[in-house]
Amino acid sequence: MTWLSAPASETQITHARRLWLYALAGVTMFFLVVPSLIVIPMSFSESQYLEFPPREWSLRWYRNYFGSVAWMDATATSFKAGVLTMLLATTIGVAAAYGLHASRTRWSGLIQGLLLTPIVVPVILVGIGVFYVYARLGLVNTLIGIVMAHSMLAVPLVVMIVTSALKSYDANQELVARSLGASRPKAFFLVTLPQIRFSVVTSAVLSFLTSFDEVIVALFVSGGANSTLTRNMFASLRDQIDPTIAAISTLVIVLTSALLVISQLFGRDGR
Amino acid sequence: MTDIAAPNAEGLRRDAAAERFSLFALCLPAVLLVLVTMVAPVAWLFYLSFLDDAGATTLEHYRRMVEQPSYFRTFRTTFEVSVLTTAICVAFGYPLAYFMAQLPRRAANICMIAVMLPFWTSLLVRTYAWLVLLQRRGLINTWGMELGLWDQPIALVHNLTGTLIGMVHIMLPFLVLPVYGSMRAIDRDYLRAAANLGASPTQAFWRVFLPLSVPGLLAGATMVFILCLGFYVTPAVLGGGKVSMVANRIATDIEMFFNWGAASALGVVLFAVTLLLLWGASKLVRLDKFLGGGA
Amino acid sequence: MRNAALPISIRQLSKSYGRVRVLDDVALDIRSGEFLTLLGPSGSGKTTLLMMLAGFVRPDQGIIRFGDADIVRLPPHKRDVGMVFQNYALFPHMDVGANVAFPLRLRNVPRDEAESRVERALELVRLGGFARRRVDQLSGGQRQRVALARAVVFEPRILLMDEPLSALDKQLREHMQIELRQLHERLGMTTVYVTHDQREALTMSDRIAVIDGGRIQQIDAPRSIYERPANRFVAEFIGESTFVPVIAQAGSCAIGPARLRLPDGTPDGAMLMMVRPERLRPLAGPPAADEYTLEGNVAETVYQGDSMLLRVALSGGAIVAVRLGGGARMPHPGDAIRLALRAGDFHLLPSDAA
Repeated sequence: MTWLSAPASETQITHARRLWLYALAGVTMFFLVVPSLIVIPMSFSESQYLEFPPREWSLRWYRNYFGSVAWMDATATSFKAGVLTMLLATTIGVAAAYGLHASRTRWSGLIQGLLLTPIVVPVILVGIGVFYVYARLGLVNTLIGIVMAHSMLAVPLVVMIVTSALKSYDANQELVARSLGASRPKAFFLVTLPQIRFSVVTSAVLSFLTSFDEVIVALFVSGGANSTLTRNMFASLRDQIDPTIAAISTLVIVLTSALLVISQLFGRDGR
Repeated sequence: MTDIAAPNAEGLRRDAAAERFSLFALCLPAVLLVLVTMVAPVAWLFYLSFLDDAGATTLEHYRRMVEQPSYFRTFRTTFEVSVLTTAICVAFGYPLAYFMAQLPRRAANICMIAVMLPFWTSLLVRTYAWLVLLQRRGLINTWGMELGLWDQPIALVHNLTGTLIGMVHIMLPFLVLPVYGSMRAIDRDYLRAAANLGASPTQAFWRVFLPLSVPGLLAGATMVFILCLGFYVTPAVLGGGKVSMVANRIATDIEMFFNWGAASALGVVLFAVTLLLLWGASKLVRLDKFLGGGA
Repeated sequence: MRNAALPISIRQLSKSYGRVRVLDDVALDIRSGEFLTLLGPSGSGKTTLLMMLAGFVRPDQGIIRFGDADIVRLPPHKRDVGMVFQNYALFPHMDVGANVAFPLRLRNVPRDEAESRVERALELVRLGGFARRRVDQLSGGQRQRVALARAVVFEPRILLMDEPLSALDKQLREHMQIELRQLHERLGMTTVYVTHDQREALTMSDRIAVIDGGRIQQIDAPRSIYERPANRFVAEFIGESTFVPVIAQAGSCAIGPARLRLPDGTPDGAMLMMVRPERLRPLAGPPAADEYTLEGNVAETVYQGDSMLLRVALSGGAIVAVRLGGGARMPHPGDAIRLALRAGDFHLLPSDAA
């Protein structure tokens, strides 16, 4: 085998001597990809017990899911929370990123730091803290409470993504637009926004998913009529393994992939 | 042209202040949101952690943490799980990143999809998938026994093993991304120079390539470790109550015992350790350069 | 398209960033319809000054008048100035036509009229028929022209340009210099042009304002700036020059054995005599009537293709540079040499010590 005995590149050992590297990388990628996908075939199983490959195919668990008022309500709550979080977090996140980018005062570093801290604060701390504060504000188990907490978790992502987009964007374009007669807001909407739209769409999708996937805060501040899907999934995961979850998981995977594809398409002619 | 006096410094200063304020006003909604839903709650918990049941100031909650062995076990478990997860992530993630960094761009991007896929997949979905795979009558046990690899179902889940597998699966992308980024940034000429100066490929890797990739590795490992410290869902589900990390303990303190003081004190310690690690790591490497690389 | 251009007057304009004074009490009058270049090294404050004219940088104090109106507190979009940036800053999400139509759209110009004005502006920069092209299909020079068309299509009375040619290669740059100059003559807008390239400034400008350290060092026509720089900075920044320290005494001074008559009214004392290398010529025979003869030895020779550069140690001790045509015979280091200098070809500056 000539390929095996050839060096991987002019400064490297031969392919043969590092086959282990290829094997390790392959196994790791397999480990990363396959488990998430295995729930898809299993969701179509007839059996109560999870088997692979399923002996009999059926839509039983999907019927189960779509037939359950509790699951449907939770799904509606999650969608509402996700969409509202997306709108809120993206709007205020983009505004903040722009404000921070355009002003260079000694405060901007501090504000940026503050807006990024939710990434590093342990979520459990946010969960119980928000619960404690909401209990006093009457926001526990309300949609607005969930949306606020989830938006706070999503804002750092929006600020990070949009800031990096603004950094690589040629700021002279906005200056030119203003010199040509556009006020600052007009220049932003006509010139800057169209060019960072890929990042804005990405942050919107991420904000939605942040809310849609969030478990811990939802566990503490969502409940009753406003339980989220994740909260109910988590509860049933702890109790027993209900194959309905496989059906829901499959739907979530489909939704996520669809969102990703949309955001990719949207940003195609970006740069 | 006649000369004109310019007493307008005051007006110009006002204009500048107005502009600064309007830009600051753009940040205001986000700042307010973070203040209300993060800073205020965390500050309140901080305050609660120093109060006893009667509302008097006390260090009791912190003292218990030092004195009670059950707390010590929680901290030890948290630390062990975090260290092991980080180590396994490095052991598998570094070679994967190295492999990807040498592929042509197009192929590397395809591999990148594999790395990003779990990143984008719902955490609960993945946790569920592992539960299905690892349980007593799950896929792995069934297949293992069918193939005759082992006779009795082995306990893969509801214990430390399951927790580790789940956490590594979640954390690997956080390690691979910054490491891959820093490896891509290494100029091949360094390796050519090393070879030209007489280094064997192996020596060139250890003496030149590895040190140059360390900043990315450090940033990734720090991030993984810090995120591990606060994990809740994975140990709760895949650990089956047997792996109690700090976050699980906090939740239990609230849900079962309504002990806000104890929970808050734990939360404060967890946050403090996180900040300390971040601060320490930021002294060694510019974290911000590697974060957000996933976007 | 030609319309009334506006004069610009600037008074007491200052700006500091922390302790650094970027502009220090600048006063400047730009005539209507004039092509004025702000020339200076990087960090001199020339770009800051331009940005203040455009409204992107707010001075700490000072007055900027366009015609009779003080516009220093006016936001950029109300100033009606056209601006061209170094990197063109064309909007990549619009085609060429939409780029040029952008300022018209903001001014609510009716569609039909806008279209014909865009086409006229594109023809003006010799890009007629390019309206539907995408920006990324254009070459650097074409982009530059689109940026120019966009900046003039709404007939601003002032045009600002920030090193617009520096991203182009040398040949294209020289071509565009002439084209810009012709365009200016056709449109007649008051034009403020920033560059750090002294040759570009000399080629294009009606007047040049040389800026350094946040102050205007000299403002004058190119020829005057070149031949009669106000101080050593201007002399060194523009063209090549060498300086010979001399002592003026009763209207003349000595360089080695030669005695030079100085212009009337030159005060006695230590001075610097500035000599341009191309104004010195090696002398084979006797000098002409209006020439002085300087004597010295060749210290160093450099071959530069189209010309040669000599360093000559004069017998007074000073060293001067001499530029020879590329075809001349190259002397050897150490050779004795005689140089001719015409009476009008040197310029006196105050000595450094003064």
